Amino acid sequence: MKFQRYAGIAGVVVAGALALTACGTDNNTSPGTSKAAGNIKDCGKGTLNASGSTAQGNAMDTWRKAYQEACSGANLNYNGNGSGAGVQQFIAGSTAFAGSDSALKPEEHPKADQRCKTGSAVDLPMVVGPIAVVYNLKGVDNLQLSPKTIAGIFAGKIKTWNDPAIKKDNPSAKLPSTAISTVHRADESGTSDNFTKFMQATAPKVWTYAPGKKWVAPGGQGAKGSDGVAAAVKQGNGSIAYDEYSYAMNGKLQTAKVANGSGKFVELSPDSASKGVEAAKVVGKGKDLSLAIDYNTKEAGAYPIVLTTYEITCLKGLPADQLKLVKSFLTYTASDAGQSGLTQLGYAPLPKSIQTKVQDVVKGLA
Amino acid sequence: MSSSTEIIEQGGSGAGARPAPSPGRLGDRLFRLASSGAGILLLVIMAAIAAFLIAEAIPALRANHASFLTTTTWNPDGTPSVFGIAALAFGTVLTSLIALIIATPVAVGVALFISHYAPRSLAAILGYIVDLLAAVPSVVYGLWGLIFLVPGVQPVWQWLHDTLGFIPLFSADQVAGKSVLTGSLVLAIMILPIIAAVSREVFLQAPVNLQEAALGLGATRWEMIRMTVLPFGKSGVISAAMLGLGRALGETIAVAMVLPAAFTVSAQLLNTNGNSIAANIANTFAEASENGRGALIASGLVLFVITLVVNMAARLVIARKKVRA
Repeated sequence: MKFQRYAGIAGVVVAGALALTACGTDNNTSPGTSKAAGNIKDCGKGTLNASGSTAQGNAMDTWRKAYQEACSGANLNYNGNGSGAGVQQFIAGSTAFAGSDSALKPEEHPKADQRCKTGSAVDLPMVVGPIAVVYNLKGVDNLQLSPKTIAGIFAGKIKTWNDPAIKKDNPSAKLPSTAISTVHRADESGTSDNFTKFMQATAPKVWTYAPGKKWVAPGGQGAKGSDGVAAAVKQGNGSIAYDEYSYAMNGKLQTAKVANGSGKFVELSPDSASKGVEAAKVVGKGKDLSLAIDYNTKEAGAYPIVLTTYEITCLKGLPADQLKLVKSFLTYTASDAGQSGLTQLGYAPLPKSIQTKVQDVVKGLA
Repeated sequence: MSSSTEIIEQGGSGAGARPAPSPGRLGDRLFRLASSGAGILLLVIMAAIAAFLIAEAIPALRANHASFLTTTTWNPDGTPSVFGIAALAFGTVLTSLIALIIATPVAVGVALFISHYAPRSLAAILGYIVDLLAAVPSVVYGLWGLIFLVPGVQPVWQWLHDTLGFIPLFSADQVAGKSVLTGSLVLAIMILPIIAAVSREVFLQAPVNLQEAALGLGATRWEMIRMTVLPFGKSGVISAAMLGLGRALGETIAVAMVLPAAFTVSAQLLNTNGNSIAANIANTFAEASENGRGALIASGLVLFVITLVVNMAARLVIARKKVRA
């Protein structure tokens, strides 16, 4: 279809443009790849098709390469066409698992169960993507923002960089009177979903809009995809946005420290993000491991804005040839080797408590 | 178009008179069957597209909790599902119209220069370049717009705002590089070669005897063009402009890259405003779930209707011009 093709082309072009501007930063994956490859024992064979979340696209690329290096008979394809499309293709039966920024919705779950014929579908948290608050403001480094200030900025209530609220968070910084221009995702995304939920949970009086995958607050400019957001921030002095950590790193954007429930400002790092996920509760039923993030976590050093992305597959009911491959691949991705290889890409490892639960469920796939 | 019918009539009886088909020839019959088949196929495809759009759009429109025509927000996958075409349709028409206003005079100038002013060798090269420009993929224009034009126009727009800010069109809370005017500018550059190429062809068809007569009566070259070429080419230029408008309305990727995807109905050209139906489809289709896709298809239906109306209006204008001429 015309628009789909155009969207694809646009994605490639914007990504290409970013790659050009951020030359050389994407070569740093090789050490992780070769180290991880040695740890795969039970190889599957054949071709495996999966699709979905763009947020875990980079993680999947790395895992795919490492897995195929270790298992010569395996051929994995992951098409980062968006969580919505990924879930739809999984339900239609054209892929063996879907990557998704959010767990299956109540209305999607029965359809996914039906696709699994004899079994049911499960959400497995697999990739933790911290959400960075990125900004571009000449002369201001080490910006610190409290959740209330963040909500005020994105709700359009704080309009200039020298606003008293920002001043209060940054007593020692020299703030210019530049107008703030906010950038948000134009497409639906798990990043927007988590970020708006964070603002709703931490500053309900300031952020009065409904949280969701679609950005609904007025004002600001929209950009397509994480790469589009990064490009827009890079282009405009005075702009601020939320974006996945990996894109902030690749685009060499400045990230703000964010205060968590304790009121202390925490710098974003794989460690602090992992601590943020540790406070999450499992809310899925049975083997389903969908998580509810605690955005108000008071844990020392826990970065509060995190996004967990899931792999959605069948607990039981996958055809035998696919099962072996899915099980083997997900065993690898949930292993220490698989998780630790991601930190240099801008993801955070799953916290131990959740990682062991995921490993248990993967072991039980049949 | 008047020019083409004239040529055909001058060219002889072959196409104009349409002789009665000789019944005995198999080849004749086959060809007739094939050509009428092609004609019918076109109608079937059009009907199929319309039916597809309507069928896919209806479930989403039923689930909509707001008026589709007047709502400006777009959140079809939300609970409750709320979406409307107002901001998108407004943005589509506004950017395209401004693009047309910018592009048409320039394109007519380019066409006249090629057809009547430039030396023959230069005209040939220029004509070739114009055709080449028309063939540049829109994503290239979009990329250029995003990387070069958006940061480049910011100071110009700021100046425009500072000097003409008292006019509501140029007022803004905050002047943005990504704005309606930037989007319109990219669109204008994209549709300029089409309008120029078609207009040039029309101007070249202007009757030479009239032009020579005008010059012979002592008219200057500009007077000659004004009195003979322009009246002759008017309907052609209008249809060229409509062709350009059609492209501007449906243009997707360049607009998606340059407009700020804001859901507003505002004529402040320099503010962070502007979105279009096609851009919104390109931006949100991949991540939309079932209802969202239905809603996007409903918006596609609106674009279909807008384009249809524009084309019909253009035909009406041309038909009226023809009668007067």
